[in-house]
Order: sequence, then structure tokens, then C-alpha cells
Amino acid sequence: MPKYIAKRVFMALLTVLVVACITFFLMHAIPGNPWLSEKTPAPSVIEALNKKYGLDQPLPVQLVKYLGNMLRGDFGASIKMSKNRAVASIIAEKFPVSAKIGAISILWSVIVAVPLGCLSAYKRSTWVDSTLRVVCTIGISMPGFVVATILLLTLAGEGRPFPTMWNVNDVTWRSYVLPCLALGFYPMCYLARQTRTAMLDAINQEYIKTARSKGLKTGKIIFKHALRNALIPVITYLGPQIAFTLCGGFVVEKVFSIPGLGRYFVDSIQARDYPVIMGTTIFLATFIVVMNLIVDLLYKVVDPRINLEKGGN
Amino acid sequence: MAENQNMEAQSEKLLEVKDLHVSFFTPAGEVKAVGGISYELNYGEVMGIVGESGSGKSQEAYAIMGLLQSPGKVIGGSITFEGEDVLAKSREEMTEFRGTRAAMIFQNPMTSLNPVYTVGNQLIEALRTHDKKITKKDAAKRAMEMLELVGINNVAKRMKQYPHEFSGGMRQRVMIAMGLICHPKLLIADEPTTALDVTIQAQILELMKDLQKKTQMGIIFITHNLGVVAEICDKVSVMYAGKIVEQGAVNDIFYHPSHPYTLGLLRSMPRVDADEHERLIPIEGTPVDMLNPPDGCPFAPRCEHCMKICLQKMPPHVEIGEGHKSACWLRVLEKKKDESVGAEGGAEVRESKQKED
Repeated sequence: MPKYIAKRVFMALLTVLVVACITFFLMHAIPGNPWLSEKTPAPSVIEALNKKYGLDQPLPVQLVKYLGNMLRGDFGASIKMSKNRAVASIIAEKFPVSAKIGAISILWSVIVAVPLGCLSAYKRSTWVDSTLRVVCTIGISMPGFVVATILLLTLAGEGRPFPTMWNVNDVTWRSYVLPCLALGFYPMCYLARQTRTAMLDAINQEYIKTARSKGLKTGKIIFKHALRNALIPVITYLGPQIAFTLCGGFVVEKVFSIPGLGRYFVDSIQARDYPVIMGTTIFLATFIVVMNLIVDLLYKVVDPRINLEKGGN
Repeated sequence: MAENQNMEAQSEKLLEVKDLHVSFFTPAGEVKAVGGISYELNYGEVMGIVGESGSGKSQEAYAIMGLLQSPGKVIGGSITFEGEDVLAKSREEMTEFRGTRAAMIFQNPMTSLNPVYTVGNQLIEALRTHDKKITKKDAAKRAMEMLELVGINNVAKRMKQYPHEFSGGMRQRVMIAMGLICHPKLLIADEPTTALDVTIQAQILELMKDLQKKTQMGIIFITHNLGVVAEICDKVSVMYAGKIVEQGAVNDIFYHPSHPYTLGLLRSMPRVDADEHERLIPIEGTPVDMLNPPDGCPFAPRCEHCMKICLQKMPPHVEIGEGHKSACWLRVLEKKKDESVGAEGGAEVRESKQKED
């Protein structure tokens, strides 16, 4: 086991390094530069700025420099969005906002989706199952901004219980409701479908017949015997999804004007704020890699037949 | 006096199935999986139900256990277990019934145990579901005793292992231990040896015979293997297309088979005393389409003795010897002939008899 984990950690570091390199070149491949705005500075000023931030050097040199700094824990400073502020400190400020909303969203979506998926599978081919399937199909095919807009139109504003905008000076539990609903709706629908499919598979297994012949109650058969066997696809999806959701949904943050990491990340790409792009991408990549590692270790916990050392790498 | 007799008969009878009908309501139509079967099983008796795939032998067993899955339904008949009407029981009563009164083991031990829980967990669960008061420690002790009883060594270690760490035969032993842990009066074994190799089959049969003697439980042994039947059963019901075509003590069935289907089954089985080059005789034709079963005897289209009446009407059960019944027009007509020689039916039988010779 320790050998397996060491191997996985090494692979994870390698993955993050590769992501960093790819992001670096892709980022510079986008036309434009950080200095473009309504009042484009004179060429001489641009040249001076480039020189100041090291953008005048060849790309490979810049990359090696960046990676060197990165290994020392220095992710550089913003060059456009919040001038000269360290990227690490920006992430430290923005991430908690997104993470709180994301955590609540994921939590409610799992709490709702797993029982719904079980119910749907148990009541397969009845009106309950059909209704849930239609709702979930709509949920996963509807873009996030539509969900957010519908919520805003129906539940927010004057005389309605929830605020339309995120007011930094007045954040109450009400502020969280709509963003969390909007952000968790897609994972909820997707998870419910995943759970339903996996549960259908599990329910038809022979050991369920054994459990019934032992005289177990339906609840125990579904939640003890079937669900545990249906968990693998669910946690496979959930791992990376937690990372994505905690790092902030751009659309939801934009619609509700939430100062989160997701929105900041997309804005930084538009502004060509190179260090911020690099910093946030590496942060997200690391998060996903870690989540995948946790998921792989969880497989072993859920299903004792899985042999990590032989099968996985 | 009559009442006394009645009670005596009652006390011997463990299970009585009367005219049981099970149907599956599929989109293509009603499939009559079990079409009116009747039998009795006494305490401590082992009955074999023999039949080919799709003859309804498993569905009949599921009906007793209340395990029929939608769209399957019992649509007629009665099941009486120790004097109680099983079909009238509520859902809660059925969950209590399963495990404590009747238990079931299945064909494939490789998939019948839940792969994600330890063997000990699953055994203890079976016990604690029905006995809420038993402590975990006592339950574990009982579980270990059961494992020892079914011939598993090193039980303390085995309890903590997962099903995938057991071989097929060992898993079937665990299944048997799990079925018997609450001392049921009836064990339904649905092809318990089919998925095992021959040496293991023999061991499992030996074990079941041994346990049966120790516990005096009744066993319904569902199989398509006549050799297994001869090994373990006291009596046999031969099923074809959802109906029992012949029923009798094991010796009657093997030495005096009276239904052409039973005869066909016996002829298609290799014998030790057969001549070297003797060929096995298969039963010609294919099983009936249960969606559109024929009006008459379901076996008629494949039967070498088929007469006109066979295609029109299902024959009634005819008592041939003590407890030996057969549903075949040949026997019906034979009996008629015995009763009134020279009747019209007699001529018909003579005719078909000549054909047979």
C-alpha cells in the first residue's frame, strides 16, 4: 500500500507538471496581450512593461523560470487584474467563497440524488421512475445560466424571499440558497441517473435474491446490499466533480455576481493575466488529481475485491 | 374420530400445494409458468422437482417463498405451510416467514453472496434479522457453529473473509449455513449443485443429506439432473411446461416410469450398465412456447404415443400405485379398460399399445 501511494503521488506531480506546460503554451497561443485595453499604451511603454514582467524573453525560458519559481512555492503576481498582488493570496481569498457555495451544492445534490436514484430503480417502470427520469434528463440538458435565470425570475427580487445579487456586505443564508440550487442542480440530476443505472444493475444480482430469501426488509436490501455495490460509478463521478464545483461555477458566479474563484479565473483569461491563469489552472489540476487519488483509494474501501497494487497504476 | 384422523394427517404434513397457478403478465401476453400443480411434503421428507429449463420448477419455488418478481403473480391455488395459508400472509409476515420457516439456496454460489460484505457479516445478519434480542457476540458464535456444521475449517478466520476468498463449493456451504441458521422447517434448494464440478457436487449432496438427517427438515430439491434425484430424494415430481406430469416415490419413477416424458428423460441419461455402443436417445422436438401452450397435453407434440385426444384435452392425474400418479391419456385409458373391458376407450388403447410394441 505505501508503495502504491508513493507511486500515485509521483504520477500526480508529473500530471500537474504536464498540465502546467500545456497551459503555458496554450495561454501564449491566444492572440493578444495583457496590455490591450481601451487606451492601448504606446509601443515603447508596452516594451518596457514586457521587459519588467519578463515577457520579452523566449517562451521556453519563461516556462523554465516559472516552473522554477513554482517549485519554490512562488506562483508569481497578477500583472493586470489586481496589480502586483501575489497569485497565491488571490486564490486564498477567492477560493473560500467558491468552496463554501460549492460544498453546499455538492452536499445537497448527493443527499437528494442518491435516494432519488434508489427510489427510481426500486420503482422502475412506474410513474415515479418516469417522472424522475424526465426531470433528470431536463436537468442535465439545461445550460447552467437557464437554471440560474429561472430561479432568479421565480424566487428572487422584490417581495420574494431571496436576493438577486450577492451583496458582499450583507451575506446571509438567503444569499446562498439560489446559487447553491443552481450550482447543484446539474450534479444532482447526473448523479440520480448514475445511481439509478447502477442500482438497477445491483438489484438484479443474485445476492439480492439471497437477501430477500433471508427475510431482510426492503430498506435493508436496498441501502445495505444493493447501494454499496452501486457506489463505484457514483464516487467515480463525484471525485472530480467535487473539485470542479468547489473551484466555482463560472456561470453561476457571473449570474449572481459572486466574487468567487471560477469567475475570477475566466476573467483572468480574458484579461490575459498570465500568472493568474497559470496559478488557478494548476490549483484546479492539483485539486482534481488529489480527488482522483482519493476516489481510487475509496474503491478499495467500497469493494474489497479491488486490488489496487496489481490492477491500478 | 374423523377429526382425530384429520389432525394426525395435519401434523405430518409440512407443506401442501394445491392447484397452484403462476403467470407472468408480459407485454407479449400471459405466460403461464406454472399451470396448476399439486403436491404434499411431509416433515423430514425430501422431494425432487425435475424438469427442463423453463418448465416452471423455479417459479413454483419462488411462489412458496413469496419471492416472485413482477410481472409474475400467483393467480390461483393454495399453499399451506404447517396449516397456515402462505398466500394470505402480509408482507411483514412473509419477511418473517422467509429465513425462519423456510429458506432457499440458489444455483450459482459464485453470485449468491454479496461480494462487498464478509461472510461473517452476512451470516450474522441472517440471524439477527429474525432474532432481535441476540447479542452480536452470541450471533457470531452461532454463525461459527453453523460454518463448522457445514464442514468449513478455521471458522474464526473464515468469518472475516469475503466471498471472493472462497471456492465455489465453499460458498455453497456458506449459503447452506446461512439458510439453516434460523432452523427452518423447509429448505428449498434451487439447483444447488448445477454450477459446481462433479466431485464438489457429490460433497454438497452428502452434506445436505447429512444435515437433513440431523435436523429432520423437509427439502424441496429442484434439479434437472436425475442422478442427483436418485441420490437424495424420497419422492419425485416431474414437471413439464408448468404441469406435474408424473409424481411418485423415487423407485417408482426410476423403475416404473409411466409417463412418456419421464421415460424420455431416463433414456436420455447415460447408464453405467449400458452396453458399450448403446446410444442415448434424446427427446425429439423442442419445449413448448409458454405464450401459446397447446390445448391438450403439453408434451403431446413431442410424444411418440400421441393420440387424437392428447391434442385436445389435458389428461387428469391417474393413480397407478400408492402415491404414484401420472397425467397421461395412455394410463387413463388403461385404467378405463381395466374397469370395463371392451369399452370404446379400450379399443383405442389396444391400438396404441400395438404401436408401442
